[in-house]
Amino acid sequence: MTRYIIRRIFSVIPTLIGVTFVIFMFQRLIPGDPAVAMLGEHATDESVERLREQFGLNRPLFLDRDALADGDINKFFDSQYVRYMKRLAVLDMGESIHRRIPVRETLALRFPATMELAFLAMFIAILVGIPVGIISASKRNSAIDGITMIGSLIGVSMPIFWLGLMEIMLFAVILQWLPAGGRLSTGIDVKSITNIYIIDSLLTGNIAGLRDALEHIALPAIALATIPMSIIARMTRSSMLDVLQEDYVRTAKAKGLSKGLVLFRHALKNAALPVVTIIGLQMGTLLAGAVLTETIFSWPGIGRWVYDGILGRDYPIVQGGTLVIAVVFVAVNFFVDIMYALLDPRIRYD
Amino acid sequence: MTSIIEIKNLKTRFFTADGVVKAVNDVSYTMESGEILGVVGESGCGKSVHAMSIMQLIPDPPGKITNGEIIFEGRDLLKLSDAEMRKIRGRDIAMIFQDPMTSLNPVFTVGYQIVEAIRLHNDVTKKEARKRAGELLALVGIPGAEERLDDYPHQFSGGMRQRAMIAMGLSCEPKLLIADEPTTALDVTIQAQIVDLVKKLQDELGMAIMWITHDLGVVAEMADRINVMYAGSIIETGEIHNVYKRTKHPYTTGLLGSLPRLDDEPGTELTSVPGLPPDLLALPEGCAFAARCGYRDEKCVAERPILEKIAGYDHQVACWHWEKIEGDGK
Repeated sequence: MTRYIIRRIFSVIPTLIGVTFVIFMFQRLIPGDPAVAMLGEHATDESVERLREQFGLNRPLFLDRDALADGDINKFFDSQYVRYMKRLAVLDMGESIHRRIPVRETLALRFPATMELAFLAMFIAILVGIPVGIISASKRNSAIDGITMIGSLIGVSMPIFWLGLMEIMLFAVILQWLPAGGRLSTGIDVKSITNIYIIDSLLTGNIAGLRDALEHIALPAIALATIPMSIIARMTRSSMLDVLQEDYVRTAKAKGLSKGLVLFRHALKNAALPVVTIIGLQMGTLLAGAVLTETIFSWPGIGRWVYDGILGRDYPIVQGGTLVIAVVFVAVNFFVDIMYALLDPRIRYD
Repeated sequence: MTSIIEIKNLKTRFFTADGVVKAVNDVSYTMESGEILGVVGESGCGKSVHAMSIMQLIPDPPGKITNGEIIFEGRDLLKLSDAEMRKIRGRDIAMIFQDPMTSLNPVFTVGYQIVEAIRLHNDVTKKEARKRAGELLALVGIPGAEERLDDYPHQFSGGMRQRAMIAMGLSCEPKLLIADEPTTALDVTIQAQIVDLVKKLQDELGMAIMWITHDLGVVAEMADRINVMYAGSIIETGEIHNVYKRTKHPYTTGLLGSLPRLDDEPGTELTSVPGLPPDLLALPEGCAFAARCGYRDEKCVAERPILEKIAGYDHQVACWHWEKIEGDGK
């Protein structure tokens, strides 16, 4: 098991380097010059050039071949990518081009907000999706099965922005049960530790803060959870149906085990593999969906911030934001791999 | 001897989109405690379904036991609640299955799966159950049994897995062990080992065994009595030697004729039963075997024969013409 984990860790490292490479390259493929974007259409060539030099935009992307011809090794490696990687090694992600705020500072504020939303949404999706799938499978072709499967089909097909707006209409405007946006009400304060308000308010025993934070996150989290929840429910159902046909389920019944134990002990552990895979992959969809959700619910996360960064060609923001999202995705899927091995001994011993 | 299980007029049906599959039709017989009963027949003759009916493990829907009684130790199993039936499964009646490669759960250790069965029916600690599981694995002839408890099924060979299944089946010392083609998926040398093992265990533990197979040779070797099934019904039954030596049903004759024998003259051709078994969706009015039978006449087509006792012998046959048929005496 330890060997398996170590091997997985080693396979994560090249993935992450690949991620930085791809992010860096795609960014540069977008047409338009950030220096021009910053200074405006009427800037002089001279001032544009000065700005390009200041941010290193005048250096080659990866390696300086001219410098190699001159025999200048230091200059050969002094490229935009290498500079970027060097700074990244000390967690310096540069400054926003437009606002001159270090990307790391903004990330420290906004990233926890996105994580709070994304992980809570995934938590809801798993908490509802898996039991619904199991019940559907165990009562195959019953009314409950039919209703949940139609419900999940609607859930998969529902556009997040539309669902979000409907939620605001119903719960915030008409019923006025929950706030329409933001993370906390004015006047409510939660001491920042992790910047994940649910955790911070728990850590400081701030019940009013916890309640307010939960009220604010409820609607966006549900909107974001709908699609993964539906997919997880459908996947759990079909995977359970496969497993329930297996001979070892019959063996378990022949032992005299109750239906519940057969379902939750013998069948679920086998059926969990494809579901865990889907959960890992859905994490990507969910982080992408966070951009829309954050916009609709004025949630101060990184989704909206990166989107604005793309429009303004603010490279450091886009690079920093995309990188942390990619790292989260890789990390989640690393844990998915570990889960595989925990669930299935055959993978462990490979 | 006292009877351990008595089955009366058992009918099992599968209600499918294509119609009603008549899988088990009016099966009645009695098993004595401690005897080995061989149940033979070709694929789809209802031998497994009838065993699954005893365990009440027929997938429902589409399957349903529509009629009959299964009297086990004075109680009709079909009238028990789910919870009462669960106490009988695994404790009083245990079952082992055809494919040992897929019958053990791949994500739990072999030891866990045996301990689970022991602790389900006995009030013992984990430690005691584990000790017992180790003894059971040793009993079924797995070398280094103690250590192998922590192995997963994929670390066992096919033969070892079937031994582990048998250990699990025996874990609560059942009074009846149903073995549903337990050697079919194994190669021949392993088959012989498993047959020997079960015979040995039966000598030691004395439980009754129902051995379901299409291998007439295995049955001849180990069974006391035999049920020959065809199209969901028992067509010939009795003490093993009576059925093998004085075969009275044309189908059984055909089955036995299709077996090669060491004492056959060189060049003797094996016979086969012509045709195919009837569609269980549309069973004929009369004898289900009539279409494939050389003795067929109008009565066979019109009226279904029921089991008839042959005077003076422990032997019953369901055929209008059994008196004309002389077993080949082999």
